Amino acid sequence: MLNELAQFALILAFVVALVQSVIPLIGAARRNPVWMSVAEPAALSQVILLGFAFVVLTRAFVLSDFSLAVVAANSHTDKPLLYKITGTWGNHEGSLLLWALILSLFGAAAALFGGNLPPTLRARVLAVQGSIGVAFLAFMLFTSNPFLRLTQPPLNGQGLNPLLQDPGLAFHPPFLYLGYVGLSMSFSFAVAALIEGRVDAAWGRWVRPWTLAAWLFLTVGIALGSWWAYYELGWGGFWFWDPVENASFMPWLISAALLHSAIVVEKREALKSWTVLLAILAFGFSIMGTFIVRSGVLTSVHAFATDPARGVFILGILAFFMGGALTLYALRAHALESRAVFSVISRESTLVVNNILLAVSAFVVFFGTMWPLAAEMFFGRKLTVGPPFFDAAFTPFMVMLALLLPVGTLLPWKRARLRRALRPLRGVALLAIAGGGLVWALQTGRTALGPLGTALALWVSLGAAMDLWQRTGRGDLAGRLGRLSRLPRADLGRVLGHGGFGITIFGIAAMLAWTVEDIRVARVGESFEVGGYEITLAGVRRERGPNYETVMADMVVTRDGRPVARLNPEKRVYDASGMPTTEAALDSGLLRDVYLVIGDPQQGGGWAVRSYVKPFANWIWAGAIVMALGGVLSLSDRRYRVAAGAGRRLRAGGVAAR
Amino acid sequence: MSAARRMAALIALLAALSAGVAGAVQPDEILDDPALEERARALSRELRCLVCRNQSIDDSDADLARDLRLLVRERLVAGDSDEEAMAFIVERYGEYVLLRPTFTGANLLLWTAGPAMLMLGFGGALIYLRRRAAGRGPAPLSEEERRELERMLEG
Repeated sequence: MLNELAQFALILAFVVALVQSVIPLIGAARRNPVWMSVAEPAALSQVILLGFAFVVLTRAFVLSDFSLAVVAANSHTDKPLLYKITGTWGNHEGSLLLWALILSLFGAAAALFGGNLPPTLRARVLAVQGSIGVAFLAFMLFTSNPFLRLTQPPLNGQGLNPLLQDPGLAFHPPFLYLGYVGLSMSFSFAVAALIEGRVDAAWGRWVRPWTLAAWLFLTVGIALGSWWAYYELGWGGFWFWDPVENASFMPWLISAALLHSAIVVEKREALKSWTVLLAILAFGFSIMGTFIVRSGVLTSVHAFATDPARGVFILGILAFFMGGALTLYALRAHALESRAVFSVISRESTLVVNNILLAVSAFVVFFGTMWPLAAEMFFGRKLTVGPPFFDAAFTPFMVMLALLLPVGTLLPWKRARLRRALRPLRGVALLAIAGGGLVWALQTGRTALGPLGTALALWVSLGAAMDLWQRTGRGDLAGRLGRLSRLPRADLGRVLGHGGFGITIFGIAAMLAWTVEDIRVARVGESFEVGGYEITLAGVRRERGPNYETVMADMVVTRDGRPVARLNPEKRVYDASGMPTTEAALDSGLLRDVYLVIGDPQQGGGWAVRSYVKPFANWIWAGAIVMALGGVLSLSDRRYRVAAGAGRRLRAGGVAAR
Repeated sequence: MSAARRMAALIALLAALSAGVAGAVQPDEILDDPALEERARALSRELRCLVCRNQSIDDSDADLARDLRLLVRERLVAGDSDEEAMAFIVERYGEYVLLRPTFTGANLLLWTAGPAMLMLGFGGALIYLRRRAAGRGPAPLSEEERRELERMLEG
């Protein structure tokens, strides 16, 4: 009964979205305040309807209601409660419902906090947002209904893919969806501005928090996914240039570019049409990601629920929104250009270069991801584009970006004297080179990656610190520290974001350059040395988990006779699917991870054992977290708060609601 | 969907089911000569596991990946250079097996797309920046705007 009510709520949400996408648009064109005001209740009621549907679906997963096809196919009574709940979005239909719910949440947020927007702009933004809702709700209702019933419910479900039964991956999709869908707000603002024919500094200020929020969710989502791959897939890789990873990485790159160009719009009223284009493309890449993951045109480690009919539908959505928005852009963009003046050497210019590097690198990833498809269709060549290509073709862009970054943050707006602006960076450059040289002298293997990566990381993070120091003005230390504590949060956010980028660069370079690997057969009781650590296979035993059988090794790690860790790598076989998985055991640390994997028993006795010492591995994700924190800090700046201006009005009228 | 594609999908599905087990290089595969083994590992990272979804044979524990790893080592032990060993494998399995697309034919498009876009981007930016720097200030008010301003000042 509840399930049918939820189904009905979905249909109702679809109808409401339809109304929201049409009426306010007409209202805005005719300057009719009543028609425009339809948008707000429509946006809010969608949250209620979709929230209800989502709660009902979660309930079905928790109670193992196998009369729903999606629950029967993706859940199991033996599953721990946490994974029953996260299983709600661990499948195509449920994840789409989550997508739609988040979309409606963003729409409602714009309705609630958009009080300071001009009424026509607000009506148009909400109408565009509504039309995206229409498309995805139609997709859900017509191709992937989560509330489809089975006439003969099975006794038990088929279980969730064991790889997904993990805390890292359980929360990876929601963050990605928050990011993808957050970019729909930037898209809606861009299209609304094109309809209005007006982009100004205020527009830049409104778009930025949404983009920033989307970017920071994407950052967290990607980092979670990468961290999961690192400890779960069993050989300690953290990025595979898999089509699905690329699908989330392209919007990240474009939204990072958008974040920076929106600043130029806000501060200098330049780069307007370019920023609008980026906002359109960023959301385009989000839909493209959905297409890649769900259509199965590109085989990938984690493409799920692949179905050609669904692929065609998403391609239709992509064609409609990108075709429509880009046509509108072609018609209107020329009206947007401003007459702001700035010199070739200025912060504006470095932000332009930043945008080119980020956009072209996203394009390279796109080209590499799609090339196997294109090569087969147009040239009849069946080929693969793998990590060696991406490493070679993508890395140079990030290196150029990192080299430019500290320079850009120190250049003033409008007109700069390069020599004077670069003076504070002399020390930073010297320190970076010295650091690289030190690493070169200390490391055992003679690879260039370690020293160069270190130098680049130092350049970026010390450059960020110098940016902060310069912001404190002149004078004695006390005065500077005092000013430091009063800096706007957006400035601190920028410094953290850039510093985090430097930390991640260092983590990646260090891990790639200095990982020690050891593969061997070890008998129980045998000890061996890996990267300065003594590792002993103390024992191997079989155990029973809640819904799996496991072979668990007991391994002792010591260094110079002192105990470091006792680790239990496992090999599990899940009951429901019979699928074996590896659970690596890690001793994580600030300076290194010890990473142990147990393999198969060997014919002559003993076990295959894989051991790695991975220096500075955690710095990769720590850097991402610092970047995201920078985003949070910047978002909390009074000047950019999503509700800026609307706050006072809300406080006056919204107390009763709490 | 043709039968061949259906078959390929089935193989991919089976491979996906067996994925997730860390296997990759097994202890019994490792060559005694560390220099030779190092070369074998480097080549393994350039070769695709044909039945997996986007994994190199160095990362995959599918049986076919193991066969390929053994084949690479066999060729190296037999005295092949890296290039000869790769050529041997491409001969047998087609260029699909290469994770790094070759610099030939249409692939040149793929390899040059990035640098070409970058050049275009820089070129466009330079023209844009020059125009910005040329310092066309704000446009004078149009007749209509001037009238509106007057009206506002008076009102």
